[in-house]
Amino acid sequence: MAIQAWLPIEGGDAAGALRKFLAGLLSAGYVDALLVPCRLVGEEAVTPALVESPEALEACEPLAPVMSHNMAVMAGRLTVMDTGRRVGVWLRPCELRALIELTKLHQATLDHVLTIGVDCLGTYEVADYAAMVRAGKQPAELWRGAADGEAVPADGYVLRSACRMCEYPTAASADIRIGLLGLDFPRQVLVESEEPLPVELPPAEVPARRQEVLERVRARRTAERDAAFAAWRAEVPDLRRLAERFATCIRCHNCMVACPICYCKECIFRTPTFDHEPEQYFRWAERRGVLRMPTDTLLFHITRLNHMATSCVGCGLCESACPSHLPVATLFRSVAQSVQALFNYEAGRSLKDELPLATFREDELTDLGK
Amino acid sequence: MADFEPRIVAFLCNWCTYTAADLAGTSRLQYPPNVRVIRLMCTGALDPVYVSKALLEGADGVLIGGCHPGDCHYQSGNYKARRRIAILHTILAQLGFDPQRVWLRWISASEGQRFADTVTEMVEHLRRLGPNPMRELPMS
Ligand code: SF4
Ligand code: SF4
Ligand code: SF4
Ligand code: FES
Repeated sequence: MAIQAWLPIEGGDAAGALRKFLAGLLSAGYVDALLVPCRLVGEEAVTPALVESPEALEACEPLAPVMSHNMAVMAGRLTVMDTGRRVGVWLRPCELRALIELTKLHQATLDHVLTIGVDCLGTYEVADYAAMVRAGKQPAELWRGAADGEAVPADGYVLRSACRMCEYPTAASADIRIGLLGLDFPRQVLVESEEPLPVELPPAEVPARRQEVLERVRARRTAERDAAFAAWRAEVPDLRRLAERFATCIRCHNCMVACPICYCKECIFRTPTFDHEPEQYFRWAERRGVLRMPTDTLLFHITRLNHMATSCVGCGLCESACPSHLPVATLFRSVAQSVQALFNYEAGRSLKDELPLATFREDELTDLGK
Repeated sequence: MADFEPRIVAFLCNWCTYTAADLAGTSRLQYPPNVRVIRLMCTGALDPVYVSKALLEGADGVLIGGCHPGDCHYQSGNYKARRRIAILHTILAQLGFDPQRVWLRWISASEGQRFADTVTEMVEHLRRLGPNPMRELPMS
């Protein structure tokens, strides 16, 4: 490892120190711009923002525990064509993993990107975050538990369910990694980088405790995940039960729009493919006596699974976007787990692993096709 | 379930299994009439959405017939199809729907008999499984 350093922190203001660090990268010309979470319109919302001037980083909220969008999608918008600019992108672990998948899907490139990966303790729903701010609470107080890796949400609030069962507390493959867990937060913030940095930082000796805490976080969340999957599989043992569980799906397609992986510029369910001649609907209704409309709701979910489960990173944004509060992410993650295991693939693990749907081996799956 | 006649939707590659089905017909080979055939240019062109659609609308089985490994007219369409079907199988199994209602078979243009045998075998298999449980849903 090339560099391990401490960020100088004044008055326990870790977020301020991170802003200063980011400003340093920008002023030194190490990057031309930064894509970071900012509070730009009102106090209640933190969203991705493209920052060109170091002063504008005042609005940057590096530690706000909220994820309005998956940053990977914004990074794709900026990098899918070469602009000659180098952009630093602030990424939570699931955002970095989504960006790796999008790169392999040719919807982003990492050629001119500096990935800055940050430890994650979890995020609140956007509406909960806003409500907390309105109620005068400090959502970022979640980080009080950083030293022990304990995410203790504010009274009356919970973290998003995808976060509670996320086994990836660190963005291990980022160019620059910001360590917050298992350290003396907020007095210690760790910076790791493979490349020399343009800012002088005191070298750090990483305490062994950090690894222990990270292991504990992984174990706890993995257990939470396994329990959630087991409960889900027991609750929905077959397709009929799935149809019933998803009966309140209003087919808004929010889950698809919010998903960083759903890659089609035009989803097949937004095309006329499954619009039929009026006559056809009447024939179906005649045959069965009744026809539920709109048709094909279960087909929509099953198709989305077929198309993107190989790359699902478990960010949970599908579920956060669902107006009917359906457990979309639990469905997708639990299925994705088996689909990815089939090809020994782990979405977001590495740029080098080929997308399962973009490759094949002649000698595999031989008992399937006979 | 003596009176249960399974319904099979077959997606057949133009360059091989579709021709085999044709050959089975013109050679007057005996096979059950339970199949509705949809012709494809290659199994690699089959999006799982259409297989799922057939199943969700009550087809008791789906047969996908393509060129033998190494013989795909477009080099590797059948290998890619095999991955897609493996994924579909995994998803169906996860969702508690018997993936063995979906068969992938390699049947070349000259294998009319093999096509007839496959259909016969699949019909028997589906008879044992019984009707597709999704059949009674008012379209999901
Ligand atoms: S399906 Fe849901 S959990 Fe998976 S990547 Fe898409 S939004 Fe994230
Ligand atoms: S559901 Fe399928 S077609 Fe629709 S956007 Fe996702 S991947 Fe594309
Ligand atoms: S967001 Fe929820 S209601 Fe909307 S289509 Fe997805 S599952 Fe259905
Ligand atoms: S051409 Fe027959 S499977 Fe590809």
